[in-house]
Amino acid sequence: MHRIKVRVVEDALDANNTIARANREDFDRAGVTVINLMSAPGAGKTALLERALDDLGDVRVAVLEGDVEGSLDAERLASLHVPVVQLNTSAGFGGECHLDANMVRSALSALPLADIDLLIIENVGNLVCPAEFRVGEDVRAMVCSVAEGEDKPLKYPLMFRACELAVVNKIDLIEHTDVDLDRLLANLQTVHPGIEHLICSARTGEGVDALRDWLIDKVAAARAGDGTFTPAGSAPA
Amino acid sequence: MHELSIAQAIADIAARHAKGRRVVKIEVRVGHLRQVVPESLSFAFALLTPGTALDGCELQITHVPAVGCCRTCGARSVLEDFPLRCGRCEGLDIDLVAGEELLVDALELEEEPTTGERVHRGSHV
Repeated sequence: MHRIKVRVVEDALDANNTIARANREDFDRAGVTVINLMSAPGAGKTALLERALDDLGDVRVAVLEGDVEGSLDAERLASLHVPVVQLNTSAGFGGECHLDANMVRSALSALPLADIDLLIIENVGNLVCPAEFRVGEDVRAMVCSVAEGEDKPLKYPLMFRACELAVVNKIDLIEHTDVDLDRLLANLQTVHPGIEHLICSARTGEGVDALRDWLIDKVAAARAGDGTFTPAGSAPA
Repeated sequence: MHELSIAQAIADIAARHAKGRRVVKIEVRVGHLRQVVPESLSFAFALLTPGTALDGCELQITHVPAVGCCRTCGARSVLEDFPLRCGRCEGLDIDLVAGEELLVDALELEEEPTTGERVHRGSHV
């Protein structure tokens, strides 16, 4: 027996990215714009969707709901009469902390792709892991609530750098916190210069119109054919 | 704990290249800007590999510093922290050249010497 060294130089997530690309091709073929929505648990992803998805004009939307366990969020969204498909990750090792491309692929047949324009993939609540895995989306967006504090972008830079939109939610609570909104927004720009942001409250509805407009604009931009998918690397170029 | 998924992906890549040969070591390069904790990755790898073709395989993780090239003054600098700032002119318009990789770089494999190699070695005796 002797030992040899073999150079490989392969991205560890190549297999995931290949499946993500296949998902993306299926979405493109069906003319569906896909948003991968991420956040820490409890930042208000579902509450924002409940507010924003009730009136998207002529944009037909469906939601792929990722959770470790249960279908509580899916039930909330189903009351909006939009198609919701639940994806549970509890089959993984103690419950996967993120959706990957293969999990999304497994749900494709349950999604009415031919009848929708926009698919929102509500990822598992987690500020670290989902940022590492492309799932075939056009755009990655995140929610950060003021209740999480103003230093979150500095503590979880990968997530904030991976997304092109940060929705600052729970703005109605800011007076009950010590958070300085300007400092939060400055921290956001520090880790991701040029990132778009919206200030919202899912509770009061403040800023939700702007989120709705952003979603409608993304569908329009994808229809105009300027969507880009660059699976290599998780952060912006 | 996405390190578990990453460890599985690394193990899959190694097994594919090994083609049945024993893998002694996997060399992985992890960029400074990836949120991968080396200890968690090693732990996950140790959980996944016993009883598989990679049993006993060493996972060598090399940290790759983040390096940026300044679009303003052209200087290259190591970027430790956010904001990513040029070490010379302190400019923020940085072109990242390293620090985002998550690569299976090389494998060390154990294999039976081929007949040709046996003859070659024999000639030295």
